[in-house]
Amino acid sequence: MAKTSKAVRFDPADIKEELLKKYPPKVARKRAKQIMINEAQESETPPEIVANVRTIPGIITMRGCTYAGCKGVIMGPTRDIVNITHGPIGCGFYSWLTRRNQTDAGETGENYMTYCLSTDMQDQDIIFGGEKKLAAAIQEAYDLFHPKGICIFATCPVGLIGDDIHAVARKMKEKLGDCNVFAFSCEGYKGVSQSAGHHIANNQVFTHLVGENQTPPEGEYKINLLGEYNIGGDGFEIDRVLRKCGITNIATFSGNSTYAQFASAQHADLSAVMCHRSINYVADMLETKYGIPWIKVNFIGAEATAKSLRKIGQYFGDKALMDRIEAVIAEEMPEVEAVAADVRSRTEGKTAMLFVGGSRAHHYNELFQEMGMKTLSAGYEFGHRDDYEGREVIPHLTVDADSRNIEEIEVEADEKLYRARKTPEEIKALEDAGYKFKHYDGLNSDMDKGSIIIDDLNQYEAEKLVELLKPDIFCAGIKEKYSIQKLGVPMKQLHSYDSGGPYAGFKGAINFYKEIDRLVNSKVWSYMKAPWQENPELTATFVWE
Amino acid sequence: MLLRHTPKEVAERKALAINPAKTCQPIGAMYAALGIHGCLPHSHGSQGCCAYHRSALTRHYKEPISAATSSFTEGASVFGGQANLLQAINNIFTVYEPEVIAVHTTCLSETIGDDLNQIFEKARREGKVPEGCTLVGAPTPSYVGSHVTGFSNMVKAMAQLAEPSGKKSGKVNIIPGWVEPADMAEIKRLATLVGVPVTVFPDTSGVLDAPLTGEYTMFPQGGVTIKELKASGDATATLAMGEWCSADAARWLDAKCKVPCTVLDMPFGLAATDRFIDVLRTVAGVTVPDAVAVERGQLVDLISDMHQYLYGKRVALWGDPDQLISMCEFLVSLDMQPVYVVTGTPGKKFEERIREICAGRPFEVKVKAKGDMFLMHQWIKNEPVDLLMGNSYGKYIARDEDIPLLRWGFPILDRQGHQYFPTVGYRGGLRLLEKMLDQFLDRKDRDDPETSFELVL
Repeated sequence: MAKTSKAVRFDPADIKEELLKKYPPKVARKRAKQIMINEAQESETPPEIVANVRTIPGIITMRGCTYAGCKGVIMGPTRDIVNITHGPIGCGFYSWLTRRNQTDAGETGENYMTYCLSTDMQDQDIIFGGEKKLAAAIQEAYDLFHPKGICIFATCPVGLIGDDIHAVARKMKEKLGDCNVFAFSCEGYKGVSQSAGHHIANNQVFTHLVGENQTPPEGEYKINLLGEYNIGGDGFEIDRVLRKCGITNIATFSGNSTYAQFASAQHADLSAVMCHRSINYVADMLETKYGIPWIKVNFIGAEATAKSLRKIGQYFGDKALMDRIEAVIAEEMPEVEAVAADVRSRTEGKTAMLFVGGSRAHHYNELFQEMGMKTLSAGYEFGHRDDYEGREVIPHLTVDADSRNIEEIEVEADEKLYRARKTPEEIKALEDAGYKFKHYDGLNSDMDKGSIIIDDLNQYEAEKLVELLKPDIFCAGIKEKYSIQKLGVPMKQLHSYDSGGPYAGFKGAINFYKEIDRLVNSKVWSYMKAPWQENPELTATFVWE
Repeated sequence: MLLRHTPKEVAERKALAINPAKTCQPIGAMYAALGIHGCLPHSHGSQGCCAYHRSALTRHYKEPISAATSSFTEGASVFGGQANLLQAINNIFTVYEPEVIAVHTTCLSETIGDDLNQIFEKARREGKVPEGCTLVGAPTPSYVGSHVTGFSNMVKAMAQLAEPSGKKSGKVNIIPGWVEPADMAEIKRLATLVGVPVTVFPDTSGVLDAPLTGEYTMFPQGGVTIKELKASGDATATLAMGEWCSADAARWLDAKCKVPCTVLDMPFGLAATDRFIDVLRTVAGVTVPDAVAVERGQLVDLISDMHQYLYGKRVALWGDPDQLISMCEFLVSLDMQPVYVVTGTPGKKFEERIREICAGRPFEVKVKAKGDMFLMHQWIKNEPVDLLMGNSYGKYIARDEDIPLLRWGFPILDRQGHQYFPTVGYRGGLRLLEKMLDQFLDRKDRDDPETSFELVL
């Protein structure tokens, strides 16, 4: 498709109508509530979006399941815990090395991420129950690896046949003595998307790991980084920048993580939340139980990284730290700016669409803005209303049957370990200076008026959007990649980054600018038609005639 | 070392599978269904299954894989998935307009006992299936067999669409088994060359190797049509390639429609391709043209030219039974030594066949059905091999043990070409030889001392 003048002028209401036109009436009614036209933020009653609701059967969704969110996303990146999938072989197989979580265990350290362990349930296990097999599998895994921890993940049939995986885990933990065994009831049918799985995983990590290690780690300005999964080495770049600033990252939840990091998380003095969707409740629990305040950060985008570092500096309020952060920013930015300026000459005014994750669609907006690109339409695959509209809506969220099934754990201040990090006066002083704790405005506030925000975008709507608005780039996941590219539009995976990355931090921003420049300015997309297809009429004559 | 915790000592495991050499039934059913023209595969279960299968197939083919799901929630899991599937059928025909929906079950819907045929009947009664459109269904419980079983079950469901007219069509059914789109195209090419009209099903050529044109169509040109499947009951014969992948469908056509079937090995390598061509010309009553003999002769020629580099080479293979049987036979015919052979798919007959193929040869084969790659890696640690042949998961063993890996099988997630260049037939045999020789000779060029480094090999 020709990439000439693309000053897109469209009436978002027409686009919405077009997207809904072909649906059966019931589907159209439901989807209409998940497609919203962004209004100016000063509007007194910003429109609501319906999110975190069931996918419609038969509508080709981008979403995965609770098991994928639990085992794949949250527990996948921890290298020294042995993960055993309790179920038929498939679920374990598909979640085996397919997310690009990088880890660094050194030459000899423990790293089980390359292993796929499963009870490989057979029909007799479904009929007679799989608890004995699970216990035997845990024993066999222990005998082979002697890990510090073993995690058990339930797949769909496990819940149906009623295997008590938690009882098996308790029994085996007691039996083994030096191995922490715990389980996750993350059957794929629970909840409406992988988001439920994140919640189930994080609850168990909080219950079974956090707080276990009583010895405070060394270092100054201790933080936890929540909701960073080290895809393509993002976490490595963030850690590099943090270290350079003198900030100690006690635990990343859960990119490049270890058992010991989780077990020491209560020693941090601040939680910095990257992916709001997958983990904001852990930040809340860390605050309630241990007294650790939390802030929203974003290390996707160079400006966003600088802003987040300053936010961390301001929290600790130490001039030495703040000076060092400024020095780091001053040192890192020139290279970023040079590349941005070069790339921008070719990316300015180009358009993007972002349909990914529960926070990534928002975070990557920053990077595209830094390149002078405009996001025409965006949305989340498994976000909730607060990820769109901001945390103010949380008290107004309705709890439906699907959300009710996902355990909310109640925590209270730990008698021994709770320690207020700041006095109420200090908190107030920060807030008076404009500092925002526990604050997140959501995606909508950063989207232009009139842009189209779509929750749980599906295959049909994606294809229509691309046809109607012809973006210069479309971002989603592997399942969407090639149908979009068949339309002649480059597609960038923002779950796995294709094979690229890191895109976080300063070095990551440079990588991303170059990658997007490569994609939107490639000649590849001009090869669609053969010369005889472009000029089908024969106008020349043969020389010998 | 990426698999640093794998010990050399083999301890028996009764409950734990580690680094599997198989996956679950539904993905096989989904792949087979993509070989029906105008078909949208549908996964009757929770939406994660569908997402996983689509992702795995997309990573392997680098092509769009469209498939829908019943998106079970907790309620559907308790009360049954009928309402979800009925709604899905209506939505799919309205929005995506396929000619066929091929539904497969999952461990979830099988455990709760959903009956696809009964739900299909209800959908038809309620007018949810447009005129001329078809519903196909296959039970694919993930806790039985493997992805190969699921493939076979969907292929059998395709055969069950046969509506014999009583009049023979003169065509031959070929059930190619789980091979690449390029392999299906090559089988069709060979049949055409021999001069036999065939119906190949499933047929993913023209579906999962679609060109980039700037236009996207959910249902590309390729695939076997429902009309062809209905007429498969009128065929002269059925050739089923692979006992595990294809035999059930062929035997069903034999028993129910009186189409005589021959179950062959998949045509990988010289001897298996010879048998394929020989049976094909026999059932069709035609003479094989010289062009086929020329292709065969080219393969024999390259084998003889390069025999010195292949002779005695020890190979470890993992993958699916039908493919491994033919490949082992090919390797043995080259005087190579397939010393370790593992599939995750169950089947005692597999172990017997492999032992038979390797019998009387100067090596002892270790073979295991229901095995896994962890075990195979342990065998390798005890006595190494010269070559690994299998899917991309082998790259971790290849790197740790410094052994070359020839990617062949499913899934291949990190190299290209498998979807475009066949490995079946004589030409496929040439390509397999080329790939093997590249591995061995690249190694030789890397490892030979400077004094004996040579230009001509």
